[in-house]
Amino acid sequence: MGNDDLVIGNRHFTSRFILGSGKFSLEMTKRVIEEGQVQIATLAVRRTNKNGRENVLDFMPAGITLLPNTSGARSAEEALRIAELARELGCGEMIKIEIVRDSRYLLPDNAETVKAVKLLADNGFQPLPYMMPDLTAAHDMAAAGAAAIMPLGSPIGSNRGLLTRDFIRMMVEGLDIPVIVDAGIGRPSQACEAMEIGCAAVMANTAIATASDVPSMARAFRLAIEAGRTAYLAGPGRILERCGEASSPLTGFLGE
Amino acid sequence: MGFREPMDVMDYLPEMEHTDPEVLDRIMTLQQTYNPSACTAADVRRALDRDYLTPEDFGALLSPAAEPFLEKIAVKAKHLTRKHFGNAVCMFTPIYTSNYCDNRCVYCGFNHDNLITRAKLTPDEVETEMANIASTGLTEILILTGESREYSDPDYVAMCVATAAKHFSSIGLEIYPLNSNEYQRMHDLGADYVTVFQETYDPVRYAELHRGGNKRIFSYRLNTQERALQGGMRGVAFGTLLGLRADWRKDAFACGVHGYLLQRKYPYAEISYSLPRLRPCSSHEIDDNAVSERNLLQVALAYRLFMPFAGETISTRERPTFRDGVVNICVTKISAGSSVRIGGHSHVKDQGDGQFDLSDHRGVEEVRDALRGLGLQPVFNDYVRTGMRP
Repeated sequence: MGNDDLVIGNRHFTSRFILGSGKFSLEMTKRVIEEGQVQIATLAVRRTNKNGRENVLDFMPAGITLLPNTSGARSAEEALRIAELARELGCGEMIKIEIVRDSRYLLPDNAETVKAVKLLADNGFQPLPYMMPDLTAAHDMAAAGAAAIMPLGSPIGSNRGLLTRDFIRMMVEGLDIPVIVDAGIGRPSQACEAMEIGCAAVMANTAIATASDVPSMARAFRLAIEAGRTAYLAGPGRILERCGEASSPLTGFLGE
Repeated sequence: MGFREPMDVMDYLPEMEHTDPEVLDRIMTLQQTYNPSACTAADVRRALDRDYLTPEDFGALLSPAAEPFLEKIAVKAKHLTRKHFGNAVCMFTPIYTSNYCDNRCVYCGFNHDNLITRAKLTPDEVETEMANIASTGLTEILILTGESREYSDPDYVAMCVATAAKHFSSIGLEIYPLNSNEYQRMHDLGADYVTVFQETYDPVRYAELHRGGNKRIFSYRLNTQERALQGGMRGVAFGTLLGLRADWRKDAFACGVHGYLLQRKYPYAEISYSLPRLRPCSSHEIDDNAVSERNLLQVALAYRLFMPFAGETISTRERPTFRDGVVNICVTKISAGSSVRIGGHSHVKDQGDGQFDLSDHRGVEEVRDALRGLGLQPVFNDYVRTGMRP
């Protein structure tokens, strides 16, 4: 166990790069995980096909921690049923809650997600809710038993980066559980930025899946996430914004 | 209404559930104002530049002015498809359980008046057929019947759905339109998706083509998807049989707008479009070559840009090269191992005649390999059923 582990619930990870698995070819999974030195990979329970064909579970290398998601759920009750199925599949207790009632932008429903966090936590799961970055809702989710909070950076699949940067930053400051940016990260530089402002980890899928060279992009993300984390720990230097600094102190007249 | 008096295709029959006319009225208004030949290259360029398209932009992409831009539109469509769906393409197969039909649609092989071999699977035969299909590894099925409430009544459809729920995770229905309480019943048994083709959105042309049977009620058919959603279905699919209307662009426009409006009204609804065009069939009186492959592709691309998150399904009536071509750009769901004959998956029946002729006879393995060859990921399972009543 290192000094700077990512801790979710009672689990420790040295990698802060969480891989989404739904958008690239299954044969590619192993290479991407290797190149990205990924320890946690999400998978949609709906895509699992136990004892069936093209089953995403069959392509996950041994040792990886699976983070099943409740993609397709529209209510807390549906999320629980999908989570129970994930448990039956042997995916463990960590589960990413996705509750979406908008087929156009796939934005998460915070109110229903708060309910789902409570329901799943009460049923023995460690929920990681995907959510709109709203500090109040995040507090409610944390109080309801969330193991981490997964706010979106921008709409899923949009590759538009940290459009919600300031709100995520508030959550980093205001919450005691890890904040993991979940959606919209399109480039390694954006992943780096998320880590620089103190996010605990970054999840990416589309950005890697749509790259011309998928394994290389996975590696680039890994390096960017490490760089951002290192910078955050180093304490970034001040950036002068509107006001310059007076060469002699403005408050020097105060004497002692 | 008296016997054999001309009827208004907008008037519901007594047993038909009425729906708020808001969506129908807006489709009718929008298609009336849509004039494909008035669209310009500038309109097309503007549509191409937008992140979110209006119905007017969508109309421009369907217009003759967009034809020189087809390649550019395809590039954007492919980008959007990969962004929303990754490289995953879902596979499914249709099962035809009955080909009895009450309707008299002049273009259709199942037309009540056609002297074709009619057949209907018994419950045991449905079980055998479905078990056979499931053994190919597919987990998504689309149950189709001819549109006969008499021969394939709701109890019969319910039996098919309940049987399918034992074998498949995702069940769609493509049968005669139902009332919302009947959709609720099918949903409780395990069905989650409903497909109904409006055929044509021009009420006058509709009346000419649908000469008998309940299907002749245009308004009831058009509101089917809304009733299905009210009955608890998760997703609905839309289609217009391109080529029925002299200006197929207007039908494609109305169909696209139909899905657009319903998604706005029911934001959680999963929307998808099917892409059928008129193909030669046993008996009809219409020019079946009015819509070319190039035209059909233009429609598929316009749907993608207008509704980037919507599914698209391509018919087995199209040849393999075309199907592979569009699946590489914008289609997200493809059937495999299709048979349009009754009992065609297990030869349990003497095989009632099909509705149309297939052009793509490839089985599950071949379609899967073709998808892989395109660098796509064939998806055999993409659904967890959570809505069934115990």
